[in-house]
Amino acid sequence: MSGRRARIPVVTGMGVVAPGGLGIGPFWDLMSNGRTATRRVTLFDPEGFRCQVAAECDFDPVALGLTPQEVRRMDRVAQMAVVASREALADSGLVLDDVPPDRVAVAIGNAVGNTIMMEQEYAVVSDGGRKWLTDWEYAVPYSYNYMVPSSLAAEIAVGVGAEGPVSVVSTGCTSGLDAVGYAARLIEEGSADVVVCGAADAPISPITMACFDALRATTPNNSDPGHACRPFDRQRDGIVLGEGAAVFVMEEREHARRRMAAERAVLLGYAGRANAYHMTGLKEDGRELSVAIDTALADAGVDVSQVDYINAHGSGTRQNDRHETAAVKRSFRHRAREVPMSSVKSMIGHSLGAIGAIEVAASILAIEHDLVPPTANLEHADPECDLDYVPNTARETPVDVVLSVGSGFGGFQTAVVLGAGEAVPA
Amino acid sequence: MSRVVVTGLGVLAPNGNGTDDYWSNTLAGKSGIAPISLYDASRYPCTLAGEVPGFDAEVRVPGKLRAQTDHMTHLALAATEAALADAQADPAAFGEYEMGVVTANSSGGTVFGQRELEKLWSKGPEHVGAYMAVAWFYAATTGQISIRHKMRGPCGVLVAEQAGGLDAIGHAVRQVRREGLRLIVTGGTDASLSPAGLTAQLTTGLLSHRSDPHRAYLPFDRAAAGYVPGQGGAVLLLEDYGSAVKRGAPRLYGEIAGYAAGFDPGSRHVLPRVIVKALTAAGAGPDDVDVVFADALGDFAADRQEARALRELFGPRGVPVTAPKTMTGRLYAGGGPLDVASALLAIRDQVIPPTVNVADPVPGDELDLVLGEPRPAPVRTALVVARGFGGFCTAIVVRALP
Repeated sequence: MSGRRARIPVVTGMGVVAPGGLGIGPFWDLMSNGRTATRRVTLFDPEGFRCQVAAECDFDPVALGLTPQEVRRMDRVAQMAVVASREALADSGLVLDDVPPDRVAVAIGNAVGNTIMMEQEYAVVSDGGRKWLTDWEYAVPYSYNYMVPSSLAAEIAVGVGAEGPVSVVSTGCTSGLDAVGYAARLIEEGSADVVVCGAADAPISPITMACFDALRATTPNNSDPGHACRPFDRQRDGIVLGEGAAVFVMEEREHARRRMAAERAVLLGYAGRANAYHMTGLKEDGRELSVAIDTALADAGVDVSQVDYINAHGSGTRQNDRHETAAVKRSFRHRAREVPMSSVKSMIGHSLGAIGAIEVAASILAIEHDLVPPTANLEHADPECDLDYVPNTARETPVDVVLSVGSGFGGFQTAVVLGAGEAVPA
Repeated sequence: MSRVVVTGLGVLAPNGNGTDDYWSNTLAGKSGIAPISLYDASRYPCTLAGEVPGFDAEVRVPGKLRAQTDHMTHLALAATEAALADAQADPAAFGEYEMGVVTANSSGGTVFGQRELEKLWSKGPEHVGAYMAVAWFYAATTGQISIRHKMRGPCGVLVAEQAGGLDAIGHAVRQVRREGLRLIVTGGTDASLSPAGLTAQLTTGLLSHRSDPHRAYLPFDRAAAGYVPGQGGAVLLLEDYGSAVKRGAPRLYGEIAGYAAGFDPGSRHVLPRVIVKALTAAGAGPDDVDVVFADALGDFAADRQEARALRELFGPRGVPVTAPKTMTGRLYAGGGPLDVASALLAIRDQVIPPTVNVADPVPGDELDLVLGEPRPAPVRTALVVARGFGGFCTAIVVRALP
C-alpha cells in the first residue's frame, strides 16, 4: 500500500502512561475490558469548580525509576513522557549506541506545557495571586523549564542521546497525531532514521480545569465520575480531562529490518486540515475533517473499503461527536455504518495534546490483537450519532488498517492511517 | 524538488514597526533596547528589553479578536496582514486548501496567562475568562491566522524555544513541497515580557543584568554578560516558485534553499554539522556563503561554541558575521524569522547590517564581525543560525534567485 514511498516509517516500540494503565499491558487490559478510569479529582481539591471529574494516572515517578533530581527538574508531563520513552525504547530493542546520534530525532506533541509546575511557580512568585510584580527571588532554578514546553522534548533528547532534529509539535488537541505525522515526514524525507515520537500532557491543575469550566466544555455532572465521559451518547455533556503520554520508536523500515526488529505497525498515511472557522466551534458538516480523512487515506493508498476500524476523536461534547459523525459519513459514504468506530476517551478522558498519541497506541494494539476497544458509557442512542460506535464491549474482528482522527482548538483536523507491520523477512 | 520563495515580509521589531522602518533603523544602527515600560521593572535584576515601538493593537487588530488574543498573537496578526500586502497576495484568490500556516512559539501568551492566573488565584475559578484557553496556548497564533484568512490547508506549530522560528520556516517549506501548497504563512512573534514570564527567564542565568542599553547585550565581546529579551518577530509569506511567478508576485526576495536542525546536549560537533547539513540541502558549500547571521547568545561559553563552529567551517575571518539582534534583543520564537527577513533584505540591498555596541571582540574567535556600520557587499547566499535553550540548533540558508 505504501510501496510508492521509498522510505517507510514503521513503529518498532511503544510505551504508554495512561489513566488506569501504566505500561502497554495494563493499558490494553483496561481498553479491552472497557473499564473507565475517570474519577473525582485528587490532584488538587476541586471544590468550587464546575467540573470536578478527571481521568488521572496513579503515577509515582520514583517507583517508575526516576531519580530525585529528575523528579525535581521535570514537571509531571515530562516525567510521564520520559517514563513512556523508556518503555518504548526497551520495547523496540534498539540499542542507540549503534545508531549515529544525528540520525535520531525527537518529535513530541504537547498542548499546554508544564502546566502544573508553571502554575505552582506562578502561585509562589505572585504570593497566591496577590502580586502582579512577582517576587523573582522565590523562583526555583528550573522555572524556565516549566515555562517552555520545549524542555519536554529536550529531556527525551538528552535521555536517548538524540542529536538530530528535536521539537515539540503543539497543535492543541491534535498535537499527538501531528507529532506522529511529523515524525513520519522526517523519516520519509531522510532527515532521520529513528524518531522517538509521541505526546504527553498533564493538564489536571486548577488553571486548566478553570479554563475548560469557563468554556463549558467539560462535563458539569459530578455525581457519577466513573461514567462521566459519554461520547456519542444522547446524554453526553462534555469532556473529561485526562493526562498521560504515549511514545513510539519510529524507524525507517530498512533500518528496522537490518537489526531484525519486529514491526508493530506501519504509518501509512497522514494529513491535516484547518476549518478556519472558530477557535473552539465546529461546523456541523464536518467538511474539513472529512477532507483530512480523504487526504490521509489517499496518502496511504488505502480505499475506505480497506479500513477496519476508526479510532474516533469522540470527545463527548455535543458538537464534536455530531461533527465527527458527519465527517465520517462524508468520507465513507455507504460504508460509514459498516466500519466500527470507538472513542477510548470514554475510558481515559481527553488528555489534550497527549491523547492523539495514546489513541495511536490503542490503534496499534487493536491491530495486533484483532480487537476493537469499545466506547464505554454508551447507553442512549442519539439520532444524530447513528454509526457503529462499538458500545461498552470490545469486539473481536480482524483489524489490519486503522484510521485515527483528531479535532481540536484552533480548528485543526488531523487523520492518521496505520497498518499492520510486516513480518521480519527470514 | 520545487523551489520555495519568500514573496512577502511582515516585521514588527523593537527597532522598527514595519519592515521599512526596521530595515532603515537597522542599517542606521539604531537600537530598540530600552528600559522596560510594560511594568515597573526597577526591582528586577533585568530592567531592559526590546518592546515594539508605537504598536497599537487597538488600531491593528479588530476589537473582538483583540480581546480574545494575547499580545503575541496581536503582533502576528498585524505582521501577517503586512506580509500579505507586501506580496500583494489576496487569500481569496487561492484555493482554501492551497494555503497553510506554520508558526513557532516559545512560551505561550504570557501576559494574558498571568492575568488569568491572577484571577484564579486571587478570586477563584469562576473568574477565569473563557478566552484563556485559546489565547494562552502555543497554537493560538496559527489558529487565529488560519481563521482570519480562511487558510484551510495543513497547519502547524513548532516549539523549540529560540530555535523554533527557523524550524517553523523549515517545516513550511516542507509543507509546500510535500503537501503541494501554493502559499504558506510562517515565522513567529513572541511577547514574553510579563513579570512572571521574565521571572522564569531570569532563572536561566542567561539574561543580562546591566542597565546601560549600550552595554547590556554584547555577543562575541570580551564584556559579554548575557542577553536582553525582546518582543516581536517576523512573519514570512512563502510560495511555490512557479505559482508565485504565474500569479505575478511583485517581489521574490529569495528562496529558502536549505534547512537543517539538530540537538546539542553539550558536545561541540552538533552545530557545525547542522550548518553543513543546511548548506548541503541548499546544494551549497561554505565558499558560497556571503554572510552569516549568527545566533550570538551573548553567553561566554555559547559564543565560543558558535565562533568555533564558524571558524572551523569558514576559516579564520572567512566570512562576514553579523548580529543585528544586538539592536532588538532576543525575540524568542520571533528571532530566527526576523534574521531570515534581514538576510533577505541584505540580499535585496546588497548590504550587510551591522552588529552594534560590540567594541572588544574576543580575539581568539577570529570572526569577521560586521561592527558598527553596515557593510556594502555582494550578498547572494546567507546563512542564519539559531539556538534554543536546552540544546536546540537550527540553520537556514537563503539565496537570491538566479
